[in-house]
Amino acid sequence: MLHVEATTRLGAFALDVALEVPAGSCLALAGPSGAGKSSILRVVAGLVAPDSGRVSCGDEVWLDTARHVDVPPERRRCGYVFQEYALFPHLRAWQNVAYPLREVPRRDRHPRALELLERFGVAHLADARPRTLSGGERQRVALARALARRPDLLLLDEPLSALDARTRASAGRELAAVLRETGVPALLVTHDFVEASLLGDRVAVIDGGRLIQQGTAAELAASPASAFVADLTGAVVLTGTARAGEDGLTQVALGGGGHVASTEPGEGPVAVSVHPWEITIEPAGTPGTGSAQNRLDVEIVSVTTIGNRVRLGLTAPQPLIAEVTDASVRHLGLTTGTRAIAAWKAASTRVLER
Amino acid sequence: MRRRGWFGVLLAASLATVLCFLTLPIVAIFVDTSPLDLLSSLREEGALEALRLSVACSAIAIGIIVLVGTPAAYLLATRRFRGRATLVTLIELPLVLPPAVAGIGLLAALGPNGLLGSFIEDAGVELVLTTAGVVVALTFVSAPFFLRQAQSAFEALDQTWLDASRTLGASEPRTFLAVAIPTAGPGLISGLALAWGRALGEFGATLMFAGSFRGITQTVPLAIYQDFSTDFTGALALSAVLVAVSAALLLSVKLLSGSAWLGGAAR
Repeated sequence: MLHVEATTRLGAFALDVALEVPAGSCLALAGPSGAGKSSILRVVAGLVAPDSGRVSCGDEVWLDTARHVDVPPERRRCGYVFQEYALFPHLRAWQNVAYPLREVPRRDRHPRALELLERFGVAHLADARPRTLSGGERQRVALARALARRPDLLLLDEPLSALDARTRASAGRELAAVLRETGVPALLVTHDFVEASLLGDRVAVIDGGRLIQQGTAAELAASPASAFVADLTGAVVLTGTARAGEDGLTQVALGGGGHVASTEPGEGPVAVSVHPWEITIEPAGTPGTGSAQNRLDVEIVSVTTIGNRVRLGLTAPQPLIAEVTDASVRHLGLTTGTRAIAAWKAASTRVLER
Repeated sequence: MRRRGWFGVLLAASLATVLCFLTLPIVAIFVDTSPLDLLSSLREEGALEALRLSVACSAIAIGIIVLVGTPAAYLLATRRFRGRATLVTLIELPLVLPPAVAGIGLLAALGPNGLLGSFIEDAGVELVLTTAGVVVALTFVSAPFFLRQAQSAFEALDQTWLDASRTLGASEPRTFLAVAIPTAGPGLISGLALAWGRALGEFGATLMFAGSFRGITQTVPLAIYQDFSTDFTGALALSAVLVAVSAALLLSVKLLSGSAWLGGAAR
């Protein structure tokens, strides 16, 4: 179990968080860049000391400002994977992995390093220098190096962001498997909610140095605590002004025109959110026949195929996104510039205070 | 890339002027010196002594500078503290100091009647007009060249390499030795070459502080100065030797920093 509490000034804002991560579980810290996510990792690793705070891992206390405990980073046993991997450029891949193996007898370091590299499928690159490796290969070497000392904790700073899109998916799966195997608490930093939900057992949303909301990815997506969280989860977020309607629903007048209804309560300036896959597209001019209360006239501004889905960029006039099947796109003849109706149920419309 | 028109011509002409002006004196030294003169001048007792003294004193000075200067430069590069900018300026001051001023300053500080004069005397050390004095003068004049280069080499390091080293179980001293120094290697070596070149050519401060006694404090530049009014050919030959030694030094440093070991460090 990792336990972190930290308060410190961070340039323009203050970092103030408290987190717990059970052994064998990964907590993903998600949020925009500059939110203080990496600073949390640095505090845990001992690379910066907060003004006040407490960090403990298992039964070891690493930091306790009240009792003047501050264990130096080299004695904290954190496996830290840095954003650009921070491999030592003057050492070969195996030497990088052998670097933390100080407690291992000298003659056993090379075989031990090869073993670790083998585990990540890069033993054939043992003699290569970091600058000759691709992003994916560097990531594997960095993981092997971080795990070499059998850390009590894993810290991963944007472990996939330095990779190209094609490598990212497979590297993400491998990383998820590693996180399951090691059985130690892990803290992972990402600005990408999909990555957070893929790798984290739980997701903590951080913004402006504060913890906004914590839960499983599904919980955050289903009931975001704020428009910020909703936006981060990839939901459509529209802003407007809410008032109570006569039928028990909340009516929201959208900025720029249009109305939507929601089953959730709300009053005054609000954001409403809906998931792209909850929006259906109907041809323009058709009367509503289904149960969808919300019907907005939209114009299609982009059509992007992602696997077996098609993502439609719409303006209504606020931007929103709908996800439909390829068959529907062909059936309805949806192309850029087409006018249509975006429809969704009041029950799947969340109202968030602004 | 092709440049047409008068501007291209101007650029080329200025480069040609610079090149001529800077290489002509060096070329002239070798044109005026026949290899035979070179050899015979080296056979002279004084010349050989001067050469030996120059190499030995500058090597000791460089040793001291690297040993003390590297950790100091690391501190300046990796820590932020109040008064740091002032400190850096103070350290760089000898760069712009005229050598004669440096010599006077050393006398005023370390001479018999200087600030630390009695203290040094009590310690039983004699600096003025001795070989040890030459080392002091060379160290004073060339140290800033190394410090400046070393500091910027350490500043250019990726801080996450140092952080990574710490999280991988290395203490700060081990991080300094095993990561910072090897990765800053090319920068440190080029600083060393600059400082060594400056030390080999040092004249003014040595003359004022240590004097020019054959076999004791007379380095090659001082010997050249003493010879040139009486034996111009001899002075010329000695100059050629100094150019050759300095060029060999620069070349070997360039080769060393281009080698596989350090090539890995230069990303």
